[in-house]
Amino acid sequence: MLVADPRTAAAWRRFRQEFTETSPERRREMLRERANQSRTTDLHMIGRAGLGHVGGDMSVLDILTTLFFSVLRIDPEKPDWDDRDRFVLSKGHTAAALYATLAATGFFPTTELDMFAAPLSALNGHPNRVKVPGVETNTGPLGHGLPVSVGMAIAGRLSSSSRHVYVVLGDGELQEGSNWEAAMTAGHRRLANLTAIVDRNRLQQGARTEETNALDPLDDKFRSFGWDVLEVDGHDHLALYDAFTAPPGERPTCVIANTVKGRGVSFMEDRVEWHHKVPSAEQIVTAEAELAR
Amino acid sequence: MNAPAVSPSETFDCRVAFAEELSALAREDERIVAVCNDSVGSSNLVQFQKEFPDRLINVGIAEQDMVGVGAGLALSGYIPFVCGASPFLTGRALEQIKADVAYSQSPVVLCGMSPGMAYGELGPTHHSIEDLSWLRAIAGLDVVVPADPAETRSAVRWAADPARPVFLRVGRFKVPAVTGNRPFTFGRATTLRDGTDVTVVAAGTMVSRALEAAEEAAEQGVSVRVLNMSTIAPLDEDAIRRATTETRGIVTAEEATTTGGLGAAVAAVVVTERNPVPMRILGIHREFAPTGTTAFLLEHFGLTSDDVRQAAIGLARADV
Repeated sequence: MLVADPRTAAAWRRFRQEFTETSPERRREMLRERANQSRTTDLHMIGRAGLGHVGGDMSVLDILTTLFFSVLRIDPEKPDWDDRDRFVLSKGHTAAALYATLAATGFFPTTELDMFAAPLSALNGHPNRVKVPGVETNTGPLGHGLPVSVGMAIAGRLSSSSRHVYVVLGDGELQEGSNWEAAMTAGHRRLANLTAIVDRNRLQQGARTEETNALDPLDDKFRSFGWDVLEVDGHDHLALYDAFTAPPGERPTCVIANTVKGRGVSFMEDRVEWHHKVPSAEQIVTAEAELAR
Repeated sequence: MNAPAVSPSETFDCRVAFAEELSALAREDERIVAVCNDSVGSSNLVQFQKEFPDRLINVGIAEQDMVGVGAGLALSGYIPFVCGASPFLTGRALEQIKADVAYSQSPVVLCGMSPGMAYGELGPTHHSIEDLSWLRAIAGLDVVVPADPAETRSAVRWAADPARPVFLRVGRFKVPAVTGNRPFTFGRATTLRDGTDVTVVAAGTMVSRALEAAEEAAEQGVSVRVLNMSTIAPLDEDAIRRATTETRGIVTAEEATTTGGLGAAVAAVVVTERNPVPMRILGIHREFAPTGTTAFLLEHFGLTSDDVRQAAIGLARADV
């Protein structure tokens, strides 16, 4: 098991503090910068490892950054804190994006990111809770995160805990039937302490979701399963922040975050081939320059 | 070693003992919850539901969800007993068992109810003869098959001390009391009858049949040792090695497919011994059952006490 990096954790705490005190414009800028730093980190991790799921990493990073840097009640130095909010990355193939975010939060030293996918590394191609603090359950096969999150939300209610459960789902992932079993359970039990965020980039590994096995109207699907649904621009940090922190109603919340696969890197954006293509050294330089703008 | 008296006239459905013990545990420990798939009745959870309505989580007919929800509860400090008919719990939710439970090391107690061919005439869709093979292949998952009500109680109590994930196979087909109230000891076979010629390694339903076989074989001058192998994984390899040195042959008997089950596990130990002994592996050999009651099917597949006795005597008298 990796251990926390107190210096990064302290910097993260300062970030969270400043975020609560500053103006909306500054908040937006803070999260944008932070997310783009993670994008750059992610690109280097994938370049070094020679593998990864770069398109989905880029699309989910604004969601992850908003959660970890402005929403989740967590303490990177106490990953087992009982009343922490729970975060589950159901689309486990974007592990590199999660690792970059967890390291920036201070759950483990950023130097560990160099070990992504290296032999015997804690940072496997899909996240492992036994090895990586901040990971709540092992994911990778699709359609697993929502049922486990529903169990966590039921547990929170049984223990009268104020913790909230957040789970990020890929949109293609919603083709797995297990999600809809869990969506029924959450709706039926009115799990208001659960928020599912769909990274709606409209591309799956081989093609567009709507050409493969259409998901639309996705909002109606969740509503008919007993959920409240919010639809936001998944790259607008303040819109994400508002959606994630909206006072819970009496039903679980689904945030459909409309995103662009490959977001932030012009030659990757909305291109199906960048699902798990590995950028060359030159492409990383170009991408890094774009992200620094 | 004294052989406990087998009185086949009195037989028990292990689900009753399971449910009573689970309710007793739930009274002692608030962390105990039950998760099921519309199987409140068939998992014998009616009493539990009455006593602990909030702690019985029925997700409906949704096994993947059921196991995932169980994992989420376990990862939040609860001790979930996830109960469903074994064919559906293990077959439908196998990937959840692998990823959410075993690989995630979430201490869920998976309770495979009415396993083997307990559903008799309902047919192979409802039989669970593959469960032992499937689950034995998964790292970090203990596989436990109690032989009678007393051992079921003892195993339930053991499983509630949540060190790691476990699969508990809870029988419906009625069996006599055979373990003589010996407590379940995880990872250890219990010698229910000592013998010097042949060892029968049995689990679950087959244990009482093995004991009857041993008694009958004794009348024919063959001394049969009977091991109750209630932990299928990890296997008590020492007990198997002793059987290879202290007896001249091993019969395994399980109400399951022989492809990768108890017999295969025992054989893998036996063949790596310097002096392996001959074996007979009783079970179901890659075949879907015809229509019939459980008792009929056990007979059909050669899983009666008489079949066990014949296999044991055959090994004892074989010129090997």
